[in-house]
Amino acid sequence: MTIRTHADLERLREEGMSLLRPERPRICVGMATCGLAAGAGAIFEAIGEAADASGLDLSLVSTGCIGYCQQEPVVDVRMPGLGRVLYARMTPEAGQRLIAALSAGELPGDHAVAAIPEAGSNLPESPDFLSHIPLITDLPFYAKQHKIILRNSGLIDPQSIEEYAAMGGYQSLLQALLQLSTHEVIDEITRSGLRGRGGGGFPTGKKWEACSRAAGTARYIICNADEGDPGAYMDRTILESDPFAVIEGMTIGGYAIGASQGYVYVRNEYPLAIEQIQHAIERSETLGLLGEDILGSGFSFSIDVVRGAGAFVCGEETALIASMEGGLGEPRPRPPYPAVKGLWGQPTIINNVKTLASVSAIVAEGADWYAGIGTEGNAGTVVFSLVGKVANTGLVEAPLGLTLAEMIHGIGGGGLDGRRVKAVQTGGPSGGCIPAGLFHLLIDYSSLSQAGSIMGSGGMVVMDEETCMVDVARYFLRFTMAESCGKCTPCREGTRHMVEILTRIIEGKAEPGDLALLEEVALWVKGASLCGLGQTAPNPVLSTLRYFRDEYDAHVNEKRCPAGVCRALIQLAISPERCTGCGLCLRECPVGAIRGEKKQPHFIDAALCTRCRTCYDICPEGAVEIVR
Amino acid sequence: MPTLTINGTPVSVPQGTLLLKAVEEAGITLPTLCHHDALAPYGACRLCMVMIAAPYRALVASCTCPVEEGLVVETHAPEALQARRMALEALMSRCPRSDVIRGMAEREGVVASRFAMPPAEKADELCVLCGLCVRVCRDLIGAAAIGFMGRGSERRVGAPFDLHSDACIGCGACAEVCPTGAIQMEDRGNHRILHAWNTRITLSACPECGRFFTPEPTGFLKEMFPEIEACWDVCPECRRQKTSRQWLSAG
Repeated sequence: MTIRTHADLERLREEGMSLLRPERPRICVGMATCGLAAGAGAIFEAIGEAADASGLDLSLVSTGCIGYCQQEPVVDVRMPGLGRVLYARMTPEAGQRLIAALSAGELPGDHAVAAIPEAGSNLPESPDFLSHIPLITDLPFYAKQHKIILRNSGLIDPQSIEEYAAMGGYQSLLQALLQLSTHEVIDEITRSGLRGRGGGGFPTGKKWEACSRAAGTARYIICNADEGDPGAYMDRTILESDPFAVIEGMTIGGYAIGASQGYVYVRNEYPLAIEQIQHAIERSETLGLLGEDILGSGFSFSIDVVRGAGAFVCGEETALIASMEGGLGEPRPRPPYPAVKGLWGQPTIINNVKTLASVSAIVAEGADWYAGIGTEGNAGTVVFSLVGKVANTGLVEAPLGLTLAEMIHGIGGGGLDGRRVKAVQTGGPSGGCIPAGLFHLLIDYSSLSQAGSIMGSGGMVVMDEETCMVDVARYFLRFTMAESCGKCTPCREGTRHMVEILTRIIEGKAEPGDLALLEEVALWVKGASLCGLGQTAPNPVLSTLRYFRDEYDAHVNEKRCPAGVCRALIQLAISPERCTGCGLCLRECPVGAIRGEKKQPHFIDAALCTRCRTCYDICPEGAVEIVR
Repeated sequence: MPTLTINGTPVSVPQGTLLLKAVEEAGITLPTLCHHDALAPYGACRLCMVMIAAPYRALVASCTCPVEEGLVVETHAPEALQARRMALEALMSRCPRSDVIRGMAEREGVVASRFAMPPAEKADELCVLCGLCVRVCRDLIGAAAIGFMGRGSERRVGAPFDLHSDACIGCGACAEVCPTGAIQMEDRGNHRILHAWNTRITLSACPECGRFFTPEPTGFLKEMFPEIEACWDVCPECRRQKTSRQWLSAG
């Protein structure tokens, strides 16, 4: 079958609808990398085996990620006539019980966390016997989210183009190719106010416009999926959960700028993402939604996957191009910008996965709709991977202009184990740390940059009172030092010297003047580096120096780590009052530094102790104390 | 021809001129290690930083920045001077034995580096990773015998796997362009040795005087330029004598 007309697409949509809302139970197991890591594979198997054994006729589907990482593995169960329920923290045994309940015509109550209402369906909104379970839209984690980029993530089978079509997929491509001129598409994107979601925030429409006007014998559009920030996994999840949305966005972009070839540049460390996008490309080709004369419009477009070797710097446009051309993945000076002179010297658009996944939604709903979301100059939504010391970790999509407090305390549910949140680092390893006192700030490009951080591509790492800000700064600097390509002096030598100075501070060996030198180096690297990696690498240092100077001073002047993290500056001691002499710490201490008689208070030999904190972490009485 | 203002003085240079060259035109010498007129702009050493004061404000590497009409440039703005000095301090700590770096640093007013000195095994480092050798070999000679290895502070230059390079033709262009003398080339008997690349090239002897004078791998040039066939096998000295004898005998 080839999709050529509106009627063809309608048939595909109906087919998808019957898959999404079958007359038998549908069980979706979240099987993106995050779900698989939490054990979703075993649950999928257990459910399948139990269903076979009981002879229950059901549709068992592997979907992508619904974003609720804290609650993985999650299973979404739709029972015709009864309702649709999200089950969290599932186990293979709970999966077997689920099948038993479904066989008896019931939805079980254990592990159920929310009811999922279905628009335009005759399904009861919330099953009667589960009335104590909130609607998913009422969960604090989801209440303030607005899903555009992640609209299908976790809800559809990422390998099913029918299910994608059932969610409205490919309507935008049909509209763009058959009803809109290339100028009208670019104009729509420009008016929507969409800005590049890879970190730079450059207006997407303007970029497309520049590329479409540049002279060249060919044009290319590249999807940048070289995400490599520690703790960030937005792009991976989108490719794993909704690859067709990226393909549709790329095809619309290709049409707008006049490209006939697109590439998805994705790091080889993302095997599942590569598998899903490859599959989606092949499926689209089979249906004629990629290839020659798409939808009979005369427009031809192909997409190929290029696997990167996993260098952080290759997320930088010019380094990415160099890597694709078979050269060393290192940036070159701009201008010329890739939109004018990019891949093989031809005009090239490079857009982030999230940017491209937004495109079809904008074409479908209109520029005015998109521009109305978010705030002035910061239209639309942004995806964050909310991680670190926060109660609800997960993949979050919210309109720009939410406050940091709404994100961290609202969606995130506040600090982990009730501890006080101290700061948040936005924008990945090159972002800055914003203190809790500034959580009234809006999450948008200008507010974050004024506070000394960046929007970046969407990492958000929460830190609490047990986080040492000097240690954090060194952690991120070590990452950028290792990931610097080494081409320019400030980034190569400067990050190394910053790490050396930070190490002296952390080890209690800092000299007076080290803080001033650290700041001087940081400003030099920021101002003089060749590419964005170096220009932003010092942000963790500069922002912590700005907001947490007292912690630096304590390390340098008093040789004290207020958070109790830096090993050289702390001692561990056992409280004789609280120690019951159980001997657990004595057995677990890797260096034999703990001594004591059974049922008598134990003590730590400070000369042998390496401050590894094993005893601190395992003591059932909380008797081990950190002496700061 | 765009006219720009450098340190208060108007300078007119042809369109497309790099700011570094325009600054030289104005009689100001900026330190630079990675720029070479015969190679494309590269922007790696970040020594030639200058401040553009108008019509916008930006700290730029002058070697990668083409001139624009009306640009106002301040080569000694505090930010520019600071950027050059920091880069020189960092390079001094990388290559403490380099006289070239020390000389440049002194001219910019840096006497000592505040950064830690390298460990003993790197104390003799002279390479500043300007990439001139890699680029001249790849872009001008076309041999691409050497390249960068490693990432970040592990970056260095070498032949693949640090083994003898079969691609090297022994032309010595790398040693010629190296600004710090990090690449040493030595002719020993019938061999040319490029120590940095673990590479030994066999030299051809002149049939007239017996002196070794050209690397054997350059023989491919005879196919590229057939007209040199006649004078290829003799050394330049003998070739001169031979040619003048021919002329004299021809009268």
